[in-house]
Amino acid sequence: MYIPVNDMLKHFKQDAPAMANITHKSDQWSPYHDNSGTVLAVGIPGAVIVAGDTRLSNGYNILSRDATKLSQLTDKCVLATAGQYADFIALRKFLQQRLQLYEFQNEVQASTETVAHLLSRELYSRRFFPYYTFNLLAGLDENNHGVVYGYDAIGSYDQMTYGVQGSGQELVVAVLDNQLKGYNKINKTIPQTREEILDIILDCFSCAAERDIHTGDNVEILIITAAGTERIVKPLRKD
Amino acid sequence: MLKHLYDTDCVTWSPQGKLFQVEYAMEAVKQGSICLGLKSNENVVLCSLKRQPSELAGYQEKQFKIDDHMAIAIAGLTADARVLCKYMRTECLEYKYTYESHHPVGRLVFKVAEKSQHKTQSGAKRPYGVGLLVAGIDPNGVHLFETCPSGNYYEYKCQAIGSRSQAARTYFESWFHLFEKSTLEQLILHGLSAIKKAIMEDEELNEKNVEVGILGKNLKFTHLNAQELRDYITKLEQFSPNSQIQQE
Repeated sequence: MYIPVNDMLKHFKQDAPAMANITHKSDQWSPYHDNSGTVLAVGIPGAVIVAGDTRLSNGYNILSRDATKLSQLTDKCVLATAGQYADFIALRKFLQQRLQLYEFQNEVQASTETVAHLLSRELYSRRFFPYYTFNLLAGLDENNHGVVYGYDAIGSYDQMTYGVQGSGQELVVAVLDNQLKGYNKINKTIPQTREEILDIILDCFSCAAERDIHTGDNVEILIITAAGTERIVKPLRKD
Repeated sequence: MLKHLYDTDCVTWSPQGKLFQVEYAMEAVKQGSICLGLKSNENVVLCSLKRQPSELAGYQEKQFKIDDHMAIAIAGLTADARVLCKYMRTECLEYKYTYESHHPVGRLVFKVAEKSQHKTQSGAKRPYGVGLLVAGIDPNGVHLFETCPSGNYYEYKCQAIGSRSQAARTYFESWFHLFEKSTLEQLILHGLSAIKKAIMEDEELNEKNVEVGILGKNLKFTHLNAQELRDYITKLEQFSPNSQIQQE
């Protein structure tokens, strides 16, 4: 379930009455900014791969070419967020603090399932002034297999094998449906190895960067396994 | 005999200018099993002897992580220590949330001291019956502090508190000049040697009754695990501070 940008902004803008002297209220200040970009996550047996581009934008402007959208919350799970960067930072800080407290109280790190539920509740706690964040929580479950949870802005979540969020979402998710599930594929070979899937992910970001102006610069990839976290950064189109 | 006239509560001074309730609280610390800390230019090590209430029971933990850069070792009333531990952890989390950096060690020790002093100036409260050794690393350097039920706190190069701690302190007095430049391994061995001085004749150090925690400028607080403890206790037999002098 994904809430498009415009639906959310609509609630903060008033429709201008059709009269001559009245100024249009589309200039009204909004607490929300879409810093855009694309994130995706794929869960496979034994690992989960999370990726996000590193471009931060505001409208037609680029704010940074080197801003991470990924945040490792525990040894086993990573938060990937598209949307408003300030809300991502606030959400990340809250989760880091809350998870450290969890670790002190329970003498063990929170499982991915627990973090997923915690994230959902935190998002819903702001039901009437939402975090403008479109999240993916990617991690290893209790058997160390990759799982992905996808969220809307107010915390509705579900477990998925792969998920995409952000400005390149529609472009990329169709490609993953085809490549990872074999939808609409004539030659139904599903990739099995990590390397094949990594190639697909890199291709997805390159494709998104071609068509989506808000996606580009670099793609940052984290691969979480029981052995640890590996980080790869690859360049993307800079225009 | 005079002691009993002025020791009912914290709000009564003795003619000699003592608050007996506070002094009695310090006694509780001296009754706890020994814990000690020592620091070099790069690391701090905490060693404690864990007590086992009976054969059937587990060993009481004496060291607690406060944050990645800070840990405490306790002597005295464990329940009171839990309260202070929770307070320190919460303060560190809030500081990290607000300032995105680690709580300076001295300032947190000061907060604990303030809290402790507050309990010594009321008719309805009692002092905390626990002494803490606070090991921490911040941009100001490597630190080891001791806090008392009285609300005083002191910074040390090395210190031991609890039962039979004088023996460990005597060991420190002889060898502390070596600690500054010691490696982490040497520091741990010094700590274990000092603890060895403080155990009873029929007791011996093993991986169950000893707890060692280490902190470094690039090393988050960790406990040595059972295997590492066994290795160090074995190394202890070959270790002598004299050999360290010869190296330098």
